Amino acid sequence: MKKILQIFILIVALILIVVQYSFTLISKPYKGSIQINFKHIVGNDLLKLDSMHYKNELGQDFIISKFKYYVGKIHLTNANGKDFISKDYYLINEDEDFSKQINLSNIPNGTYTSIHFILGVDSLHNFSGAQSGALDPLNAMFWAWNTGYIFLKLEGNSSFSKSPSGVFEYHIGGYKQPTNSIRQIDLDLSSTPLIINSNTSHLNIQSDVAEVLKTPNSIDFSILSSVTDLKNAELIATNYKDMFSILSIKNEK
Amino acid sequence: MKSKKRYISIFLFVIIITLLSFKNDPTKKITLKDITFTNPKGFPKPNYNFENNKISVEKFILGKTLFYDNILSKDNTVNCGTCHQQFAAFAHIDHKLSHGIYAKIGTRNVPALQNLIWKDTYMWDGGVNNMEVQPINPITNPIEMDELIANVLIKLKRDSTYISLFKKAWKDTIINSERLLKSLAQFTGLLISSNSRYDKFINKKDTFSASEKNGLRLFKSKCANCHIDPLFTDNSYRNNGIKIDTSLKDMGRGKITGIENDNQTFKVPSLRNVEMTYPYMHDGRFKTLQQVVDHYSKPSNFSTNADRSLLKIGELNTVEKMDIIAFLKTLTDCAFLYDKRFADPYIRYN
Repeated sequence: MKKILQIFILIVALILIVVQYSFTLISKPYKGSIQINFKHIVGNDLLKLDSMHYKNELGQDFIISKFKYYVGKIHLTNANGKDFISKDYYLINEDEDFSKQINLSNIPNGTYTSIHFILGVDSLHNFSGAQSGALDPLNAMFWAWNTGYIFLKLEGNSSFSKSPSGVFEYHIGGYKQPTNSIRQIDLDLSSTPLIINSNTSHLNIQSDVAEVLKTPNSIDFSILSSVTDLKNAELIATNYKDMFSILSIKNEK
Repeated sequence: MKSKKRYISIFLFVIIITLLSFKNDPTKKITLKDITFTNPKGFPKPNYNFENNKISVEKFILGKTLFYDNILSKDNTVNCGTCHQQFAAFAHIDHKLSHGIYAKIGTRNVPALQNLIWKDTYMWDGGVNNMEVQPINPITNPIEMDELIANVLIKLKRDSTYISLFKKAWKDTIINSERLLKSLAQFTGLLISSNSRYDKFINKKDTFSASEKNGLRLFKSKCANCHIDPLFTDNSYRNNGIKIDTSLKDMGRGKITGIENDNQTFKVPSLRNVEMTYPYMHDGRFKTLQQVVDHYSKPSNFSTNADRSLLKIGELNTVEKMDIIAFLKTLTDCAFLYDKRFADPYIRYN
């Protein structure tokens, strides 16, 4: 009799341990991280500030001196339709290598088949007053006199530009109608899914400056060398919607 | 024995002086109770929410200290209080257009700073959408303070007083633009005027003269279409019938929206403390309330794109004008204009 009781207690204890273990599994699923790298190109060439000469699709020469933009609301969708959402904003700046790398952690393990983000800053964050980090007005991506973030800055020179010393400046923003320059970017990963496990996976995204200047609106430096307010901003926003593509995915085993 | 007494009296004297000086320290006077926000009776819910910038004595003091400190300007000569004088409801009394450093003259009249948390936008053209980011404009504008926010932060980080004030307010040593602006917002957001004779009259705690009563009646039928109580503005943008100053060519709201119909419209200002905020209009062209009332009662002088509601005013006779002005003066809130909580904490000898 005593032996049966002992066995019974042992079984109950075992069940409890298994239940507890599975609970920890449910409440704390395994999580991993990714590093997203942005590589900047101009058509078939690498982007090199202030030195490389490029040509737009109209054959006009140009060099680029500044290229920076906001990325936010990064959102990964896994094969089961479950999402991972990051609420942070990132300012990607060609001039600062570390800014071209975004590290996301605490991502539930799984196979992710698409990534979504916005180029720009959503309406809420344009209305939120003083902020720090990427959204600090000190980053010079902020209009003070007509409150709002500049989503993308592209500056350079072209012999075709009629502005003083041939400069062109495109400062693109606008978060409400009639000028909404926020663009939703959706990139498909289903051919090579992103696998998150306990190691860090790498997702390399390419952004092509040439796309800012073409499709569907071919930018002629001799006509439009300056966009620094809401006027004409949407012309360029419509172009930059297509500037991103997936370069490669490196899943860590 | 005698010398012992003398020592004791000197000792007591020193103690008393020390205690007195503590009492005069502006930072010691204000308690959380003094700056707790309560919505004045009859006022709507504010647009700015202190929930996201929780009021504390230390942050308020830091904001006030910054507001009145020349450190915000490039050559350390002007502060916010230079052009926003408390006794003028934080407008610039008797100055047509704003003044900046190097004796530069701006393009618009300095607006009063009062009841800011009920506004939906800031500046005459409404270009600023949140009270916290408004100060970036005067600080960086070349014809106002002409300074970079980054430079202001450098100066603050070098200053032992500010290192200590920021630490008290924000609990660590980080000094950044967000903290600078949020501290300023605690001070400017609490500049609330709701205690004029008009407010007392409405709450049956004061009486009006016959002239003031008639002025109120006329005001309600002729002016309250845009200057709605309790804030005495409907926060809209309108062309108030004054002809464009061709030297300024100020397009007002139109410059912000790019919409042609918004050209030459400006935010309807509150009329609280209007007696003290002269001169008037966005370009300060009228020196007296008399001139303002004269303008509104002369439709033949209106600009072609004047707001249609102005036509309802019609011509006013001398007595009517006098009564309206008598009423407008009941909006003066002396408790606000001389409120010690908002006074300049610096002693200046210049």
